[in-house]
Amino acid sequence: MTTLDNIPEPTVYDLSSPGRSGVTLPKPDVPIQELPENILRDDLDLPELTQLDVIRHFQSLSQLNHSIDSGFYPLGSCTMKYNPRVNEDAARLIGFLHSHPLQDVNTVQGNLALMYELQEWLKEIGGFAAVTLQPAAGAHGELTGIMMMRNYHLARGDKSRLKILIPDSAHGTNPASTTMSGLEVIELPSDDRGNVDVDALRSYCGEDIVGLMITNPNTLGLFEEHIEEVVQIVRDCGGLIYGDGANMNALTGIVRPGDLGFDVMHYNLHKTFSTPHGGGGPGSGPVGVSERLVDFLPTPIVTIVEKGNDQDPPLYGFATPKHTIGRMKAFNGQFGVLVRAYTYIRVHGAAGLRSNSEHAVLNANYLLSKVQDVYHVPYKRACLHEFVVEGRWHDAPDIHALDISKRLMDFGFHPPTNYFPLIVHEALMIEPTETESRETLDKFADALLQIANEARDEPELLLTAPHITPSARMDEIQAARQLVLCCRPSYLLDPQYVKK
Amino acid sequence: MPWKTPEGRMYTQTDEWIMLDGRSALVGITDYAQDQLSDIVYVELPTSGDSFDKNDIFATVESVKAAADVNLPASGKVTEVNNGLEDEPELINTDPYDGAWFVKIDVQDISQIEDLMNASTYIDYCNSRSS
Repeated sequence: MTTLDNIPEPTVYDLSSPGRSGVTLPKPDVPIQELPENILRDDLDLPELTQLDVIRHFQSLSQLNHSIDSGFYPLGSCTMKYNPRVNEDAARLIGFLHSHPLQDVNTVQGNLALMYELQEWLKEIGGFAAVTLQPAAGAHGELTGIMMMRNYHLARGDKSRLKILIPDSAHGTNPASTTMSGLEVIELPSDDRGNVDVDALRSYCGEDIVGLMITNPNTLGLFEEHIEEVVQIVRDCGGLIYGDGANMNALTGIVRPGDLGFDVMHYNLHKTFSTPHGGGGPGSGPVGVSERLVDFLPTPIVTIVEKGNDQDPPLYGFATPKHTIGRMKAFNGQFGVLVRAYTYIRVHGAAGLRSNSEHAVLNANYLLSKVQDVYHVPYKRACLHEFVVEGRWHDAPDIHALDISKRLMDFGFHPPTNYFPLIVHEALMIEPTETESRETLDKFADALLQIANEARDEPELLLTAPHITPSARMDEIQAARQLVLCCRPSYLLDPQYVKK
Repeated sequence: MPWKTPEGRMYTQTDEWIMLDGRSALVGITDYAQDQLSDIVYVELPTSGDSFDKNDIFATVESVKAAADVNLPASGKVTEVNNGLEDEPELINTDPYDGAWFVKIDVQDISQIEDLMNASTYIDYCNSRSS
């Protein structure tokens, strides 16, 4: 068991030594003004280290970690695909790198052109009438979408709509975004093929419904077989359709959610469009909308102010939609991430994006076919970009999904998503993505099959895993029950310590 | 799986139990519920005096696996809250039926409880979901 005493790298506070510094400040060239006595403090606990100390500390931490650059990362619903280095080259072009959001728009026309084109492409990819690039990540996009849906009804004078329908397989962010918007969640059951239960949907639909939030393919990795009927039922009671685009990596270039009748959908650029995430960089959650929600988009939207001609490019600027819900983020979204996603789309083109989705689906089905005889698959259908199996066997009663996941780390793999979706017992949700080779998929499948044997023959191996990682198994229960939000030097935890 | 389902209580489809004593009743979550959730690390309880309708969410439990809403099996007013659970949520895992009751309520309409499952129906219901 890993405890605070045997963590493999001390905290930056424990490395601190009074008087050390990483920078040398120049002598001030303005008169020194003393701070008032009453705001001076000596208890800020700022660590004192040299530059080399800091570099070694973070270099060491980075090597203790698992990342997509160090190994396979089949974390379901997270689309941990490779982050192409050409994205980084583009984001480091001087014009992008050194621009500032407060610059005059006439001096950042290149940035605006990129944002405008990205808006246009995301419109085309999703089949939408307009796109905002503002939201900072997927859940922020959800909040943006739900606020627009609510305001759409209010602007029509319809104040009785306060409920959002959400399937029981949904990402937890869906009910969270709904609650954040002051609306009520109605949970929809799934049928025995893993689809939304259409009869239940019909029974809940009424004039109090803002709309439906749906993920397609859903978190079981299954395409909603009745999606057109589902959309029609919600339409018939006056509701709008929100699409959670987290699983768009299954559909890009194949199905356009707008064509299915979706009114809003957020993209996760950090999933589908290969920008870094999981500690590697901020997310980005652009939102596409149908005609009926165009006027409600956040302000500002990038637009063409003056058309170009053969000699001159167009002049780009900002516009405010007529009934805008307001600003969702300072400045204009995660611009550096937008550059990376733009590059990804530009590199692959329409045919390449489609091919990537096809390979993501192929890889998931290949992996599923290799393990489905050994791991119970709750909904037996061909999957899309990910699939869910149960991590339990009746003849290995002590073994849980968590133990399988921990044991996978001994093989050098990041574990799949655990215990989600909630409707599957001991769920293991596996998403290989298109960027993995057949050799990697084979190795991962072999590991899963070997672990299934170990679960019967040597369960201790699973129960005590992981064995080769820098930290042994964490005590998750204790960690959740007794939060130690560290970042104080350990001498402050010493009861003998007397403040200077 | 041998989940405990003591007699003398009634059970809901969402895995709460209610034990009636006159017009007042104790409410908690079942052994099956705690087993599905695994180690419970946090619980959020209502305050005494709060009123809820049948099936309203009156509490939330959080485990290392998931967060779950707890629904009130019958309409009523909360007269007592087992606040000790907030400091010792693991009691829900070890003693779901006695030490880890959530609230005591004044039941508005006792007939609402008669519609719930008894112990033997409930254990069948648990078994049917674990296959």
